[in-house]
Amino acid sequence: MSLRNSVARATGSAAAGLSRLTGRGSGTTVGGRVTLMLDPLALRRAAAGRDIALVSGTNGKTTTRTLLVAALETRGRVASNGGGANLPTGLTAALTGDRTSPRAVLEVDEPYLPQIIDTTRPRAVVLLNLSRDQLDRYAEVSRIATIWRKALADVPVAVGNADDPLVVWAASGAHETVWVAAGQRWTDDSTACPSCGSVLVRTTSSKDVHWHCPSCGLSRPTPQWMVEGRTVTAPDGTSYDVQLSLPGEVNIGNAALAAAAAMTWGVTPAAAFEAMAAIPSVEGRYLETTIGGRPVRLLLAKNPAGWVEALEMTRPGLPVVVAVNARAQDGRDPSWLWDVPFEVLQGREAVATGERSRDVAVRLRYAGVEHVRIDDLSDAVRAASPGPVEVLANYTAFQGYRRVVRDG
Amino acid sequence: MADALQIALVFPSLLGTYGDGGNASVLAQRLRWRDIDAEVIDIAVDEPLPEQADIYVLGGGEDTAQTLAVSRLSGLASVVQRGAPVFAVCAGFQILGETFLDARGATHPGLGLIDCHTNRLAGSRAVGELLGLPVVDGLDAPLTGYENHGGHTVLGPDAAPLAKVEAGVGNGEGVDGAVQGSVVATYLHGPALARNPALADWILAKVAGPLAPLDDTEEEELRRERFAALRRGRFRKQWRPPARDS
Repeated sequence: MSLRNSVARATGSAAAGLSRLTGRGSGTTVGGRVTLMLDPLALRRAAAGRDIALVSGTNGKTTTRTLLVAALETRGRVASNGGGANLPTGLTAALTGDRTSPRAVLEVDEPYLPQIIDTTRPRAVVLLNLSRDQLDRYAEVSRIATIWRKALADVPVAVGNADDPLVVWAASGAHETVWVAAGQRWTDDSTACPSCGSVLVRTTSSKDVHWHCPSCGLSRPTPQWMVEGRTVTAPDGTSYDVQLSLPGEVNIGNAALAAAAAMTWGVTPAAAFEAMAAIPSVEGRYLETTIGGRPVRLLLAKNPAGWVEALEMTRPGLPVVVAVNARAQDGRDPSWLWDVPFEVLQGREAVATGERSRDVAVRLRYAGVEHVRIDDLSDAVRAASPGPVEVLANYTAFQGYRRVVRDG
Repeated sequence: MADALQIALVFPSLLGTYGDGGNASVLAQRLRWRDIDAEVIDIAVDEPLPEQADIYVLGGGEDTAQTLAVSRLSGLASVVQRGAPVFAVCAGFQILGETFLDARGATHPGLGLIDCHTNRLAGSRAVGELLGLPVVDGLDAPLTGYENHGGHTVLGPDAAPLAKVEAGVGNGEGVDGAVQGSVVATYLHGPALARNPALADWILAKVAGPLAPLDDTEEEELRRERFAALRRGRFRKQWRPPARDS
């Protein structure tokens, strides 16, 4: 190891400690930033010689990474990046902080995937889905698919969601592809064929969703892994009744993608699903806790596709708190609220909160949902009728609730 | 009562990237709250444009979606000819013009319903809060919204601007939007009509006549918050990722 490299790592970890001490952050990102600044090749070096899986996509990165880590840990230690630190700085911190684990599972922010593929030379890349998110930062979804496609041509194995045309188009150039029927509820960002721009044709039968492009022939590949309700069928035809502690059908799809990736490392589906079953929550997502003496469940939703899934997970009849901020990490423009079908909350009790609670209130008004607006996150929970409350929050509002839970 | 007023939401899966479909919901609700029957008709991209809807709403969309939408919207010319209101936002605005830029940056013919040409803005995309003062008769309340586009739209003599820009970029010429005949266009997302109920009612009055006032307390609170945020002037300083392919 070079002197430059070790100095860079030591300084990086000192900066991380300082950041934690001063309470400015968890330290992950700033530590990684300092390391990378002093040694631009730090991430490449830290990744070299390790067996790496990357996980990317608009929704489900953290959950799928956690599921895959659980599956691979049946084989030994796994390095990974938590706390949403999924930019190059966070990845650097994760790998320089754990020099010994032979395997690593890293979640990667979508626009950075090409750069991280080049730097870390992963064995497998898991591709979940692509849909509109933080449009003020990332511009257009199709552009992400285009840069992915170029980068994925160098990847040994791509494990992709066969139901998402953008993923299929981006991943189909990889040396080997494993397709999983992980589902796609949100189709509004793949109306046009990512390859030629014609209108895609979607047909839904009782068992299956199919899509194809009538003009260039791009079509849904035959999935090796099938998902129906809680049943996941592996390539050899064996079906597994997947019992997760995590709610939602979408997480069965995520578990299938993780199991498919884990099989690349020789982990059997049975062992993988067993390891995943025990995970109760993922960095506060799906956490059942109490706020202001009220039992709550915290659901994170960052973009329209995620909100559709989160609204589906809420238990019928319970009051719903909708907490929305619009900071840089959330996207500055909350117009997406109007892409979310809040009309499904009609007849239920709703509370608008977060820094953009006024946008939420106007949205709920037009959706015909009775609501009150409360600025403070905790007070918003207390404003709901007695009994359990479902809390749906976007990224920084969700972090706000996690602080409330932590600090009491 | 007469048949329900029909609000056609044109190709929401193509032209709806920024929540602009909300504009159609806002129009319909504001009629219903006044006991005027209204319905929103989502026009799928493989369906023909209905000839007899009362108002047509187009939203923002990505470059590839724009050219696809244009190829299927020749029917809009007769809609404009009979004077039915068309409300278009961002990409929807651009495709109504004479020309716009396609995904490759080449000039593409638009529908020719607004006398304007859209090129690329010099410098970076216009992203942030947009505030305009209306310059059309019968509309006084400032217009607030969020813009996110790379288009520089130059109006010709047949098109008038919708508003003078107080903060933000708009068309890139100190004004935002266009008004020409029954067509009203803007770069405002938010969606525009949720954040600007006066603009919604101004359009609705064209088909429903004089309208009773509504209790817009929540909209007014949102507007005050947005004006205050602009005064604090924080919204143009935004972090953006360096990794872009363009």
